[in-house]
Amino acid sequence: MSIAVTTQIICFSVLSLVVIIGALGVILLESIVYSAFLLGGVFMSVAGLYLLLNASFVAAAQVLVYVGAVNVLIIFAIMLVNKKEDLKPINNLKSRRIISTSICLTLLSLLIRVDLSNVWGLADPKMSIGEESTIRIGEHLFSDYLLPFEVASVLLLMAMIGAIVLARRDVMNEDISTGLPVDQELIEKSSEPLLMKNN
Amino acid sequence: MNSGLDLEFSFNEILKGLGLSSELAHIIWLPLPMLLVLVSAVVGVLVTVWLERKISAAAQQRIGPEYAGALGVLQPIADGLKLLVKEDIIPAKADSILFTAGPILVLVPVILSWLIVPFGQNLLISNVGIGIFLWIALSSIQPIGLLMSGYASNNKYSLLGGLRAAAQSISYEIPLALSVLAIVLMTNSLSTVDIVNQQSGAGILSWNIWRQPVGFIIFWICALAECERLPFDLPEAEEELVAGYQTEYAGMKFALFYLGSYINLILSALLVSILYLGGWGFPIPIEIIAKFLNLPIDAPVIQVFTASIGIIMTVLKAYLLVFIAILLRWTTPRVRIDQLLDLGWKFLLPISLANLLVTAGLKLAFPQFFGG
Repeated sequence: MSIAVTTQIICFSVLSLVVIIGALGVILLESIVYSAFLLGGVFMSVAGLYLLLNASFVAAAQVLVYVGAVNVLIIFAIMLVNKKEDLKPINNLKSRRIISTSICLTLLSLLIRVDLSNVWGLADPKMSIGEESTIRIGEHLFSDYLLPFEVASVLLLMAMIGAIVLARRDVMNEDISTGLPVDQELIEKSSEPLLMKNN
Repeated sequence: MNSGLDLEFSFNEILKGLGLSSELAHIIWLPLPMLLVLVSAVVGVLVTVWLERKISAAAQQRIGPEYAGALGVLQPIADGLKLLVKEDIIPAKADSILFTAGPILVLVPVILSWLIVPFGQNLLISNVGIGIFLWIALSSIQPIGLLMSGYASNNKYSLLGGLRAAAQSISYEIPLALSVLAIVLMTNSLSTVDIVNQQSGAGILSWNIWRQPVGFIIFWICALAECERLPFDLPEAEEELVAGYQTEYAGMKFALFYLGSYINLILSALLVSILYLGGWGFPIPIEIIAKFLNLPIDAPVIQVFTASIGIIMTVLKAYLLVFIAILLRWTTPRVRIDQLLDLGWKFLLPISLANLLVTAGLKLAFPQFFGG
């Protein structure tokens, strides 16, 4: 076995371990802040897996979008609304946990069955385009995947307008479900000039 | 394009001559450029710290460091030693795991980004195809480290500083990436080596700064904001936030932040010189000098000359920019956080989008000047 192959196997096992343990930590840890940081770690390891598959552009895009944007925003949101308040106790928690665990295990067994029964076609590593992939992705985005790409951008625009409407409470100052005026305490006060105008 | 000196190839040939297999030779070679770049980055920080102290002293009509070595050149080493032996304090109510991981997450991406900084045709660690995009992706990890240390310190100033740092680097990343995109459009490649080669046609006249003046200014402003240098050093504004996310840090962990910010400054200066000021290119093309001296371009003397001129030019351009950054720090007042975000989102972002559009149009209209 050559040194390159050994390195690859070691990297792959470390990365997959980090992905699995990190993802378990994201769900099972009590502290939401730890979960958010671990999610960043999982995203990073997935980027590492892409690197092992010779998809360096996808790996960098994964880091930029998921770690640099999505995860930072999640952490940001957690830190801005980190009210130290206990969650309401849910009745029959135990039976709920059993039901959700069994559903998850069923899904997992289904996935494992698909994985084992399917014959995965392996691409010839000599056919790998490597660094060319950046150009190829660009060509696809501007030809046959143009419509999905543009639809995704419209979706993001809608999300952004929704966020602005929700954040600016002078647009919607009534709670939709209860009809009561929204708690406006956190809105910035209108700025007052510090220096009095000369009369 | 001539290939220039290829140290890796000659080094491997020597080792193979000694009877080692080519794989073993490669493994022995691998850590050498990494160590070299790490050492040069740290030495670069020491020089920058000394420059900062001396220039700030000159700007304020003081003398500055004087006793440690001639003109105080050993002062940064003394500072480093002091930080090294200081007690490492973790506040009792702080989250010790995140508190320790924060500075590491800030420093590691910055050092990793040195992977793509070329000092010559073959004088870089790795000519990865995604080149400059790797730097943009890696620099987006930093805010997580800042948020982490801000949160873990369990101190309101730290938390506010961390949040400000993250908000600032998110909003300045977009114009930064867009101005890099205009350069990439002209080069047809993301690789830093290709970006420099594309500017090497006619010496100083073919540098990107003449073709991308707006992009250059946007990139420089955004780079200063990403490095949290003074017109934009809101995350650690002393008068408002004590020291921002670094408030609770002491000893070596504080030194990691300090090192990270200075390595980032040098890296940004290097990247400005690579993207806009012709990288390792000499203002007069090497080919003309070789013709003047009646030597073929492949002659060993010219090869060594080209390589050393390349390193000197890259470092010289970068330190010129570092000098400007230091001068800016000690002569300009700090902006407010709302001014900072307004500048980023309402001014730099539209301008950089327009710059990208104009570049694309010019590329179609004059393909010989703006890259075909």
